[in-house]
Amino acid sequence: MTTVVTDNCRGCRFTDCVAVCPVECFHYDDEMLYIDPEVCIDCSACIPECPVQAIFEEDDLPEDKRNWVKINAEKAPELPACSESMEPLPGAEARKAELGF
Amino acid sequence: MAQVGTEHNPLYVAIVGSGPSGFYAAEALIRSERTVKIDLFERLPVPFGLVRSGVAPDHPKLKQAIQVYEKIAEAPQFNFIGNVSIGRDISVEELARHYHAVIFTCGAESDRKLGIPGENLAGSHTATEFVGWYNGHPDYRDRHFDLSHETAVIIGQGNVAADVGRILSKTVDELRHTDIAGHALEVLAESKIRRIYIVGRRGPAQAKFTSKELKEFGELSVCGAVVEPAELQLNDASRIELEDKTNAGSRKVFELLSEFATSTSRDKQRQCHFTFLKSPVELQGRSRVEKIIFEKNRLQGEPFNQSAVGIGETFELEAGLLFRSIGYRGKSLTGLPFDDKRGVFPNRDGHITDTQGQLLPQFYTAGWIKRGPTGIIGTNRADSVATVECLLQDLARLDSSETKQGAAAVYVILNSKKVRPISFSDWKKIDNEEISRGQPLGKPREKITSIQECLRIVEKSG
Repeated sequence: MTTVVTDNCRGCRFTDCVAVCPVECFHYDDEMLYIDPEVCIDCSACIPECPVQAIFEEDDLPEDKRNWVKINAEKAPELPACSESMEPLPGAEARKAELGF
Repeated sequence: MAQVGTEHNPLYVAIVGSGPSGFYAAEALIRSERTVKIDLFERLPVPFGLVRSGVAPDHPKLKQAIQVYEKIAEAPQFNFIGNVSIGRDISVEELARHYHAVIFTCGAESDRKLGIPGENLAGSHTATEFVGWYNGHPDYRDRHFDLSHETAVIIGQGNVAADVGRILSKTVDELRHTDIAGHALEVLAESKIRRIYIVGRRGPAQAKFTSKELKEFGELSVCGAVVEPAELQLNDASRIELEDKTNAGSRKVFELLSEFATSTSRDKQRQCHFTFLKSPVELQGRSRVEKIIFEKNRLQGEPFNQSAVGIGETFELEAGLLFRSIGYRGKSLTGLPFDDKRGVFPNRDGHITDTQGQLLPQFYTAGWIKRGPTGIIGTNRADSVATVECLLQDLARLDSSETKQGAAAVYVILNSKKVRPISFSDWKKIDNEEISRGQPLGKPREKITSIQECLRIVEKSG
């Protein structure tokens, strides 16, 4: 079991989740965040923090988002770690509204 | 005198309490651009607070947070001073004299009381005592829990209540290879408990468990999770709460409870019942708890602000054991103001104030003793970072007129009082001993629960 960031993060990258991660398992690229499953301790602290509900426990993933388990596991270790909250991406608020949050 | 927090005038900070909040405060200071010297005080000879003695033994993954704390402890700016109690061995006033700033991260160590007749009968306990006992906390190692009755009741529906219920629901074989204290394993092996009631004063939409904790009750080998379908009927306000988009967590909890209500797990050896809208009003028994009187409740108030009120209808339940887990409070400390109502140090953004709201120079707080007992391990990271930001903004105002001595002065006081401080490398000796004692038992560690024994191990290995 692990915890995964999914496509709602793309274009937002609010990083509220990062502030409450006890083990710094988030990594980032220009679009979004990813969780390193080798480091994550499955505490779920990040899940309610996400303003666009992009983060899921693996068991709760909707079928059409299951591919994100693999994407997180592959991407995270190659990308820089995100240890502190950053400014959201430009357009994040608009994207949030578009997603209905 | 150079600005405090620079190479020639380092910022001396004492942190009181080595749980997650303490370590995350240290981390935030280390990451700041200031030159800092941090002493992290702990009253026990062993660090890590509730990650060591609160997180349940069957949740080993959560304890991996300790690896992060061990890394923080390696920083050259960091120093651990264990086995030293602030308020007893070193006063708050002495800390103020020897440090520029003090951050209190000492948690919420005491329980809220039910305030009902019979609460002090034998067999009525706090969840804190039980959790501390099975986790090998030195304060609780000598507690006795009589598990000879078939029914146990837990008052409260948060994750601590869930932990207590789950430990009572598992067989010793399921717990044997965890870091549960050996003394707890022996007592649990003789447990006669077959029925566990986890009781909430409000309804299923207001239960405070995380879905993750609750879900485990559906996956236990010998214990079934039971909910009476009739108890899942919601009033309008609760329905509005569950439909709210921001309330995904409660919605998930309600879904799980609904699954329990339709499952056929009642034929398992043990049952764990989740029951709602009930408050205990009296514990009865000759010399120990034999019977609990409950009053039924209804909800009143607006969505997200509903409270439970008794409807005057009571019923009784025979039970031999009761744990209360209805909230936690910090303990006051001589030399600091205390908000007795909330059980926290009064503060503004982590800067401790007097009871009139005036900022007290030098004193800061983070974690449960700052904001009350909410949130999980990671919540405290954000909280400690916020407090350290507040402290660093005040830097110009912190007293830099005299050089602070930090640990050097503290060690002199401790020596005069014959208190043996425990360093982080001392702790590593205890750590190694625990791990090697666990090995033949197939456990990750066998915790050393006696402070004297911890000290002997440290002395013996020189």
